[in-house]
Amino acid sequence: MKDLVVSKLRIWDSRSGAALVEDSSFTVKAGKCLAIVGESGSGKSLTCRAIMRLNKAGLRQSGDIWLGDIKLTALTEKEIRRIRGTKLCLILQNGMRAFDPSSTIGSSVRETLAWHYGWSRSEMIGKMAKAMTAVKLDDYLRILNSYPHQLSGGMLQRMMIALAIVLEPEVVIADEPTTALDTVSQFEVLQQFALLRERLGCTMVFVSHDLGCVKKLADEVLIMKNGVIVEKGAASDIFHAPRHDYTRYLVTAKTSVNQHFRRLMGGDSFVFH
Amino acid sequence: MKRYVLGKVVFAIPLLIIITFLAFGLNHLSPVEPAEAVLHAQGVPEITKELIAETREKLGMNDPFLFRYGSWLLDCLRLDFGSSYVTGLPVWSQLGPAFLNTLKLTLVSMAAIVGLSIALGVGSALREGRLLDKGIRGAAFLLTSMPPYWLATLMIWYFSVKLDLLPTSGMDAWQSYILPVAIITISYAGIYFRVIRSSMLGNLNEDYVLYARANGLLELLVTKHILRNSLQVAVSVFGMAIPVILGSTVVVENLFAWPGLGSLSVRAILSRDYPVIQAYVLILAVTFVFFNTLSDIVNAAMNPKARMDR
Repeated sequence: MKDLVVSKLRIWDSRSGAALVEDSSFTVKAGKCLAIVGESGSGKSLTCRAIMRLNKAGLRQSGDIWLGDIKLTALTEKEIRRIRGTKLCLILQNGMRAFDPSSTIGSSVRETLAWHYGWSRSEMIGKMAKAMTAVKLDDYLRILNSYPHQLSGGMLQRMMIALAIVLEPEVVIADEPTTALDTVSQFEVLQQFALLRERLGCTMVFVSHDLGCVKKLADEVLIMKNGVIVEKGAASDIFHAPRHDYTRYLVTAKTSVNQHFRRLMGGDSFVFH
Repeated sequence: MKRYVLGKVVFAIPLLIIITFLAFGLNHLSPVEPAEAVLHAQGVPEITKELIAETREKLGMNDPFLFRYGSWLLDCLRLDFGSSYVTGLPVWSQLGPAFLNTLKLTLVSMAAIVGLSIALGVGSALREGRLLDKGIRGAAFLLTSMPPYWLATLMIWYFSVKLDLLPTSGMDAWQSYILPVAIITISYAGIYFRVIRSSMLGNLNEDYVLYARANGLLELLVTKHILRNSLQVAVSVFGMAIPVILGSTVVVENLFAWPGLGSLSVRAILSRDYPVIQAYVLILAVTFVFFNTLSDIVNAAMNPKARMDR
């Protein structure tokens, strides 16, 4: 396992020249989970995509990104393509839109696996079946033969996790994977992420604006605002002793919303079961 | 899928019945007395009331409307559209060959339109904002803004007269197809490639494209997925283009002396040759329904959602 090191990452719009992410440096230790927290437009997703070099054509980036001793920013397009999927795996926010609507889930998945590993059809189905059972997608044959619109967002999210299990990447980058889900699916998907880490021992970058999710998964937290990292540190420190005003604001906002919710639901006597 | 196809075909039947009714009925709303039109067309010098009454009786125009519609419809099913008022020949003997000639021209043009629209649409979408995209859009704008008759005249002058490479008119060999097909293709592909371009651009920003790239798929495979989803919009447009071209080749057919439907229909309309007009309207309407149904079916074969939503 290798560390993921981002050093002096800068992302800007090539037309207007406006900087979207400014001088961003951080390290994710091998096997650890880093959460990037911030409101929309703070540059979280751009940072993730910059690691995979997948930002849109109009955006430019500078700075170095290392995965162990591989300098990702210096690879050719062909070399980085080999790394995408096998060493770096992206999991997206909206499962409903992450798969080609005109292909079955099975054919999308097979395409990826065939390209990287050249496995036979039965080999692929065997491996996918195992991974899908692990993420509680038991009826795997039906799901593989379904089109995206026939499945729920939570199922497709778990499908992406199952694919990651089969691909066995070193780093999993999850871009707001729970935002588009209802509370029950959120809980299930979070559990699957925890299991994914246990199973693969992979390094993880987890983008979210939900501090509840972050608390459950992250070892370290990075707070971003307007394209700048305002605070980074161990998760426990951030939650218990935030140093920056903005972090304090995020943490207290979360607490006060929780309190308000409790009051609405019948005072402090109300307990979750 | 089978059920979908069956449903579409069954739905077309009442549509066709309404169309035949309208094609037959509309002619009877015309203020001109048909018997008089027949006599005019035959060049009878003096038209008297007795002559009109006699002709009406001969053509069966005194029978009840629905009875006449019924027997006309039955005849139509046997491709018997009656006889032309002008020439006295059976309508199908004129309309049949003309329809085939125009259909040939249309299908060859359609193949060129589809090929060119996809190539230009994909090319300009993948190079959005760059030189290739700007070049294609500029050239298409220039060519489609020229009226076809003018462009055709220029091309006849250059390729047929000056360079003497292609025939100026007629329908003798495969070379005769080149100029008319080029004219039709330019005016349609110049518009349709934009449908594909904008649909491709919309799909390029979809999450599934990002996810496919994040999984390390080759750009060629990613483009295949984008194209497949983008073409779904275009299939309906292409499907409807066939009957539209079929019905609007008048200008091109006249310029290239193409013995097709366009010239025939204009002649029929000018001489109020009702049986020919009726058959012409009917044939075009049926091809409309046919290609519309066909494009729905092709679309459903490509798009699983359309197939299930019905």
